[in-house]
Amino acid sequence: MMRTTLRKSIGPLAAVLVAVTVWLGLVVTPPDRDQGDYVRLVYLHPALAWVALYVAFGMSAVCSLLYLWKRTRSLRFDRLAASAVEVGVVYTLLTLLTGSIWGRPTWGVWWTWDARLTSTAVLAVLLLGYLALRRVPAEAHIRARRSAVFALLAAINVPIIHFSVIWWQTLHQGATVLNPNLSPMIHGLMAWTLLLSFVAFTLLFAWMVMVRYEIETRRVDEDEVGMAAAIADRQAEGIHS
Amino acid sequence: MGEQCSPWFQVVEWVVVMWRDALLIARRDLTIELRSKVGIWQILPFGLMALFLFAFALGPQTELLRTAAPGLFWLAVLFSSILAAQRSLNIEGSAATREANRLLGLDPAGVFLGKAAAMAVELLVLEVVLLVGVMLLFHVTIASWLFVVPALVLPGLGLSAAGVLYGSLAGGASTRSTLLPILVLPVEAPVLIAASKSLSRGFGAVTPDAGRWLVVLAIFAVVYSVLGVALYGPLEES
Repeated sequence: MMRTTLRKSIGPLAAVLVAVTVWLGLVVTPPDRDQGDYVRLVYLHPALAWVALYVAFGMSAVCSLLYLWKRTRSLRFDRLAASAVEVGVVYTLLTLLTGSIWGRPTWGVWWTWDARLTSTAVLAVLLLGYLALRRVPAEAHIRARRSAVFALLAAINVPIIHFSVIWWQTLHQGATVLNPNLSPMIHGLMAWTLLLSFVAFTLLFAWMVMVRYEIETRRVDEDEVGMAAAIADRQAEGIHS
Repeated sequence: MGEQCSPWFQVVEWVVVMWRDALLIARRDLTIELRSKVGIWQILPFGLMALFLFAFALGPQTELLRTAAPGLFWLAVLFSSILAAQRSLNIEGSAATREANRLLGLDPAGVFLGKAAAMAVELLVLEVVLLVGVMLLFHVTIASWLFVVPALVLPGLGLSAAGVLYGSLAGGASTRSTLLPILVLPVEAPVLIAASKSLSRGFGAVTPDAGRWLVVLAIFAVVYSVLGVALYGPLEES
């Protein structure tokens, strides 16, 4: 009940915040001196990347850990991890797409072998691997255990991939807000819109995960009801025959 | 009344048993490979064929082939390692083998280490043969054995550990053949980069960070060996 109320509140709130972000980003904030209107992608691309690489990956890793931990083992955590990864894949692909659209006017190419781009693409394939692993027919707890181990292995691999490709070669700009000097290199209104975009897209992610989790829970319930009905039918047949 | 063993003694005993089992499994896997000759007649020709195809794709320009040689060498090894991992886990895949392992009381960590060690030996043989192939076909010479030897050994250890671990994750033989490459290739991307950089230094190219790439390879091998020891047992139970 409380979960449904939360989901029903977060959905409209996320929609309103995304709409406000779009209005501020497209209408109110000024264009950039060097990049012109292309800078408006800053209200979309970093927020998508934040959710994809940190929130979704982090959530799937934490839920997988909670599933593997005997005291907290529950298929609910498995379903939550899977929901986070499914929505995370959408965010990761959108991150790559918006990055590519932004890269064309600024770097002159749709794709370049940059450290950040390459590591994000590798992580996207890892997430797709997780979804492929979940589609292997197996008993629920066996599948949950394999998926949880893979999610944690993928999470451990994140820093290895991250640093190896950074040492390889890089072109992507550094952090604008959370830079080493902790001095945001962005104008006030633009900074607030950027911050709002992070909140809006994080809330949108939370709502999508909740909806996906609910769908999965209902599917499992339906399977159980279906199984119970099938057993009852067989028992009834046994009585009549 | 039973004698109480100190925790240190128990750890040492576990390590001894694990390595004894590892040696047993490695010897068994290598004996099976020597008898069946699948590695020699299937995996090795596949690696060599991959080298030929890479050369066909690039054309006969000597300088281009020389520059691309380390990366193409490791791509050939990487693809061959998928076949080797599938082969290694097919041996373990049958219900009778699993039952025999359980009846013999083999430590799963030892089984993992044994399988990874046997696969590492197979990969090392493959790497040596492909190295000769690369030297002949791509016109490269060895400038520094100091970089070539660790650049062959460390990736072999890492690829074997990751291959066996992800192979056990990928489930039965029916799904493993298509699922394993998707699961393991993204994970092995750092090995491809680091091994190519280290080997290009061994071939005489100017690679300032070659030492650091060797450290990446060592970290990868250690991390996946430790993870395999910890996780192989629970995964095999499932």
